[in-house]
This record gives sequence, structure tokens and C-alpha cells, in this order.
Amino acid sequence: MSAADILSIRDLQVAAPDGTILVKGVSLTLAAGEILGLIGESGAGKSTIGLSAMGYGRGGCRIVGGKITLLGVDLMQAGRTRREDMRGVDIAYVAQSAAAAFNPAMTLEEQIVEAPVVHGVMTRAEARDWMLYLFRTLQLPDPEHFGARYPHQVSGGQLQRAMVAMAMACKPKILVLDEPTTALDVTTQIEVLILLRDLIRSEGTAALYITHDMAVIAQIADRLMVLRNGAEVETGPTAELLAAPKQDYTMRLVSERHKSLMAADVSHRSSETLLELRHVKAAYGAALVLDDVSLVLRRGETLAVVGESGSGKSTLARVIAGLLPPREGTIHYDGAPLTADYRKRGADMLRRIQLIYQLPDVALNPFQTVAETIGRPLQLYFGMKPAERQREIARVLELTGLSPELADRLPGALSGGQKQRVCIARALVAKPDLLICDEVTSALDPLVAEGILQILRELQDRLGVAYLFITHDLSVVRRLADRTMVMQLGRVVEEGPTEQVFESPQHDYTRLLASSVPELRTDWLDDVQARRAASSALSF
Amino acid sequence: MQRLTFTAWLGLIIIAIAAFVFLFAPWIAPHGLEETVGVPFATGSSEFPLGLDQNGRDMLSRLLYGAQMSIGVSLVAVLLSFSIGIPLGFFAAIRGGWTDVILSRGVDTLMSVPVLISALVVLQALGSSIPVLIVTIAVLDSTRVFRLSRVLAQGINVMEFAEVARLRGEGLFWMIRREILPNARAPLMAEFGMRFCFSFLFVAGLSYLGLGIQPPFADWGGMVRDNQQGILYGLYAPLYPAGAIAVLTIGVNLVVDWLLAGRPNLQANR
Repeated sequence: MSAADILSIRDLQVAAPDGTILVKGVSLTLAAGEILGLIGESGAGKSTIGLSAMGYGRGGCRIVGGKITLLGVDLMQAGRTRREDMRGVDIAYVAQSAAAAFNPAMTLEEQIVEAPVVHGVMTRAEARDWMLYLFRTLQLPDPEHFGARYPHQVSGGQLQRAMVAMAMACKPKILVLDEPTTALDVTTQIEVLILLRDLIRSEGTAALYITHDMAVIAQIADRLMVLRNGAEVETGPTAELLAAPKQDYTMRLVSERHKSLMAADVSHRSSETLLELRHVKAAYGAALVLDDVSLVLRRGETLAVVGESGSGKSTLARVIAGLLPPREGTIHYDGAPLTADYRKRGADMLRRIQLIYQLPDVALNPFQTVAETIGRPLQLYFGMKPAERQREIARVLELTGLSPELADRLPGALSGGQKQRVCIARALVAKPDLLICDEVTSALDPLVAEGILQILRELQDRLGVAYLFITHDLSVVRRLADRTMVMQLGRVVEEGPTEQVFESPQHDYTRLLASSVPELRTDWLDDVQARRAASSALSF
Repeated sequence: MQRLTFTAWLGLIIIAIAAFVFLFAPWIAPHGLEETVGVPFATGSSEFPLGLDQNGRDMLSRLLYGAQMSIGVSLVAVLLSFSIGIPLGFFAAIRGGWTDVILSRGVDTLMSVPVLISALVVLQALGSSIPVLIVTIAVLDSTRVFRLSRVLAQGINVMEFAEVARLRGEGLFWMIRREILPNARAPLMAEFGMRFCFSFLFVAGLSYLGLGIQPPFADWGGMVRDNQQGILYGLYAPLYPAGAIAVLTIGVNLVVDWLLAGRPNLQANR
């Protein structure tokens, strides 16, 4: 540990309550004012390491080995009260979900001012002044009165910024940022990212920045540490690591966003229209969620529907699936009008449109084995006998890249990626012409998601299924979709061939969206900041 | 299946003993059910290890006979109440709308009258025979089971796998049997353990009012009540049947806990 290091972790080992070792001897150091990015898939142990830096084990995890030195204090030797005194004051934590981190029954100000006052770092008046400074720096609206609001009265992006303010309340030396922008929409994400980076830099705070998103962390971290299964893969300065990764795993992480997923074989395409929506309006109660949406989807092509949360893209899926009958407008499927309510559609119609969901955990019945899950549509739609079913199940498992031995497992014994593949298999055996994919990769780790996307690509090439691909991840759309439709607040703002939508966006919102997708280079955020400053200077 | 823990063993042993007594009480009881063998409230001796009750009958024998009545009535009543409550609760949750309103408000109406009073009215009107007793308890209990099943099914029915099944065109029977029931089984089993024990006490309460199991038949709840004045004289007599209820209650719940441990849990996935 050199004199400049304010945090040093040596050979850290953390065990889960059942004895499994989650972190297997990880060492790291953090100098004052430095930002170290911890990157890895879920289960890599990055959050566990972040919390260990505060001498804390979540959910019964125990630190079983190693030495953690924070500002010269050996955390494991220091008593519980000493550790608690340091938390919040010297080192503070920013969680992924601000909504879950704030007490809904207290105003923001009470919660932000609480820590410095309780720890005796500042008087209430000083704490409030500091909070107002933070609010202004984080560009929260009406900083004087912002603190008087309750958590539910502010937007997600504002709440996330308020949590940064809460973490900074005691002017800590170190921040532990655990996926602070992951739960936000793309356009909100870069706003928060820019403000966060500026604040950390101006205060000279050091940070452990935990994320699974390579492109995000490239903008903010000085050094990167790649983790996998609780062990270090490689560490190095950000630019160096991105330009020349030494390990194979890092290489895959860096390159996964670049591969094209465009159709290799377009012979099954035809100009025949499969699905057509005309002036569809849909609402939940009085709230109009889809406003005059029209779209055309041709056989065997991929239409991406992009937009931020609240744009109505998932509602569009529900309308087509028949779960939410539209208020106005018509839907045609394969030339004939489509019955609005799924309960009134015939079995064959139900078979032809299949859905894949965002969370495979809840899309699979935990008490049905893989074979039962996949076999049921075969029995229901095609009346297959058990022996025949078994052959078909084995075939489709192979098609989706799953081992046939998994057939007898329950979903609980599968990984996230495997579960999503089972969901795809279940949809496929119905032999649909239209597959609605609702954010199918957003709950998965990047490399796992990549596998799913490749499977979807191969299947379309082989089977000629049309995809309605709903997502907020524009980097995926760019590589996968033939055409893209951009939605905002229930309306279609732009529609066209993907290339065109991204290269020469016509609508302001599309431009904003397209420019908000983080790119995997260290100066992307600076570029965005410069561009936006330039354009706002022009508009004045 | 979970590994047998110590508490699970304990529970299984208790249940095994109760089941044995339930089946073979007439053969293992040393004395007759109604046989007066000595003075009231005689203390324990080698011939009557638990002493005699308020009428001079052998406590041990009556406890064994009482097991038949208590366990039998409770078990049948609870099984019946679950077979009424679960399907109706699931049905109300899946159908929703008017079906749900009518069923739920009907149940609310039934529940708004205190259970004991409803039971009193029914038993008074129809006379207290064992079938009437069982059906009455089952119907009244099924309102609780209905509410639990309904709220469980509502939670499961909005999960995406249930939506997938509906979009696949599955009928009501499949939804109940294959999608909802397996996922609701854990809390329902826990409820079963509780309800089974409660109905013991309910039968006892009815017996106290003279509407439960009628003399000369013995049941544990009734025996507690019959012997209660013994407690004033520092006698153990009422404690034996009370203890029997307590031990069986604990045994059933230990086994339920063990069965529930380590099962896939819907809540944990959220």
C-alpha cells in the first residue's frame, strides 16, 4: 500500500451463509481521487467487494479472509462501532435502485441531512447548505424546495441524483457506486452520468464504480478491474484495457457490442404483410397509453420498437397479443382482421403469435420441468403423443442451444440464460409466424444476452419468423433490426429502415436517443457533452 | 425431499403415535369409554396411570378414545373445508369480475357473523350429530381458506407464466391444477397445519356449549372442559387432554415446517 492509497483490500475472501466462497482472494487499491471500475457479470462478486470495502456483508455474507484498510484503519480489527462511524462519513454507498434506498415516509431533505448531523460532522444549517450546493451541482430543479418533496414525488433520474447527494452528504473520501445508472432510461442515464462524473471530479472523491456495462464505465473510470466468478481476471488503466485486453474473457466483453446480427439469409422474406396496425389507440382506464399507432410488419423481418419506459412499447405488445383490446383502430393479421380479445381468438390464432418476456424467472412456472413447459404447446396445438413430443422437445432444445439433459430440470436449477432459451423454445414449438420479444435481453448479462440474440438470429434465418423486437437497448437494435420504430409517450415519432433512422434521424427525440447510446471509447461522454454544449450555445 | 431434521423426526414421531392411537384406540385402551372404575378425580396409580376423571372414568382410556373423535372430526372437517375453499378461491381469482365480487362478498357476509354464533344457529336448528358438526365446521372454516386461496391465486395469476398459459388457450381446469395450485401449495400446507389444530379448539368450544361432540363420547376439547374444575383442587386431570392437543399441534406444525423448507418459492424469485 503506497502512501497515496486511501483504500486497500488484500486477498479478500467472502463467504455466503451456506459456506460458498463468493469472493476468492481479490486485492485492490484505490488512490485518493481515483475512480476504479469493477466490471463483471452477475455473480462475479462485484457488489460483494464494494460492500466489503465498507466492512459490510449483505444478507449474512461474511468476510472470512483478507485485510481491508480504509484510511489507515484495519476494518476487520476495528470494532463494530468504529466501522459504523466510518460508514457514511468516510465511505458512502449509492445503490442501483434509488426507489428502494429511500424511506418513502420521509422527505428527501430529512434523509440527506440526517447522516451529517447524526455523525456530528456538520450542524443542521451547514448540512442544509451543503445539500443545496449538491442539488445545484446535480442540476435538480428548484433546489431550494426540492428537499421538501417525498421520494415518490420526483422522477427516477432525479431520485437517483438525490441518492448521490445523500451519499455525498458527509463529504466522504470514497464513494461505492453500485450500478448507479443501470435502472435509468438511456437519455436519463447520460445526464446522471455527466453530473456524477463532474461532481466526483470537482470534489476529488475516490470511487469504486460497479457495473456490468463496459461502455458506461469506460467514460468514468481511471482504471478497470474485470471480475469473474469472484476472482480477478485482469486490471489496468481503462484506455489500455479497452485497446488491448490481455485475457480472452475481457476480449469477449470488449468485442460483444460490435458483431452484426443482421440476417444472413433473406430468401424467406417476402413483401407480404403479416401484421398491420392502423390508428390504434389503447388506454389503461383514463390514461391513454397508445395514441394513433400504425405499423406494418412483413413476413420474416424484424421490426424494432424502441423508446424509454412509459413510451407505450410494452403496451403495444399487449395489444397485439390480445391482452389489452384497443379503444380505437384496427389490427389486421395475415390479411384478415385480428380479433381484439385473445379469449375470443381461436387456438390456431393463439398459436401463430407468441411472446417472449423480459424476466425468464417469472415467465416459467417454477413447478414445471423444461420438458413439461415445452411439451404443453405441442400437446395442445398439435395433439402430439408422448413419444413424438419427446423427440420434438429434444430437437428444439438443440435448436436453442440447450443440452437435452436439461429436459427434466425445474427452472430453479437453470441459469438466467438457460431459462430465457427455454422460453424461446416454448414459443418456437408452436411454430408461430410472429414472435413478440419484449425486452428479452435486458435482464441478462451482456455475454449471455449476446448468446440469446445470436440464437434469435439463427432461428429467424432458419424458420422465417417475423420479430417484433421491443427494447430500450439501441445498440442491439442497430445490429439486429431491419426496420426501427421510435416511440415517445405513446406516439410513433419516427419509423424507417434501421440504418436510416440511426444515421439521419429526422425527429429531435430520435436524435437524442441515438446520441445517448454509450459507445465503447473513453472520450465518448466528453464528445456528447461538447456537442450538447455547442448545440445549446447555438440555440441561444 | 429435504433431509430429516431433528424437529422433523420429533413431529413425525408425534404424528405416528397419534395415527396409531387413532386407528387402534379400542384395542389398546385398558378400560371402557364409559366404564366408571373408581371415585371422581382419583389421582394416578399403577392401574390408572393418569388417574380418573370427574365421573370416575379412566383418564388414559378416555384420552385414547378421545383421539379417535378429535382427530377424526378435525381431519375430515379440515379436508372438506380445503376442498371447498381452494377451488372456489382459485375460481374467483381467475375469473375476476362479477364472479369474484359475488363469491367474495358472499364469503364476507358469512364471515361477518362470529363463527361461534353461526355454528350455534346451524347446530341448534339441525341438531348436533357428527356429520352436521363436521359439515358446519368445514363450511365456516372454508371461508378462511377461500380468502387465502383467492389472494394467493391473484398473485400467481398475474405472473407471466400464467399469462403465457392463458395466451396459449388453457382452460380453467389446467390453470387451477397445473399453474396455480403447485405455486400456492406451500402457504396452503402451512394453513392446513394451522386449521387442523384450530378446529380441535373449535370443537372444544362447541362442546362447552353442549353442541359439540355429545356425551358419552370423549373428545379432547370436551375433556378439558369437563375436567376443568379439577384445576381448582390442584389436580392434573384437565392438563392431560390439553397437553394432548398441544403436543399434536406442535407435531403437525413441525412436519409442515419441514415439508415447506427448501421448496422453490415464488416470492424469493421476485
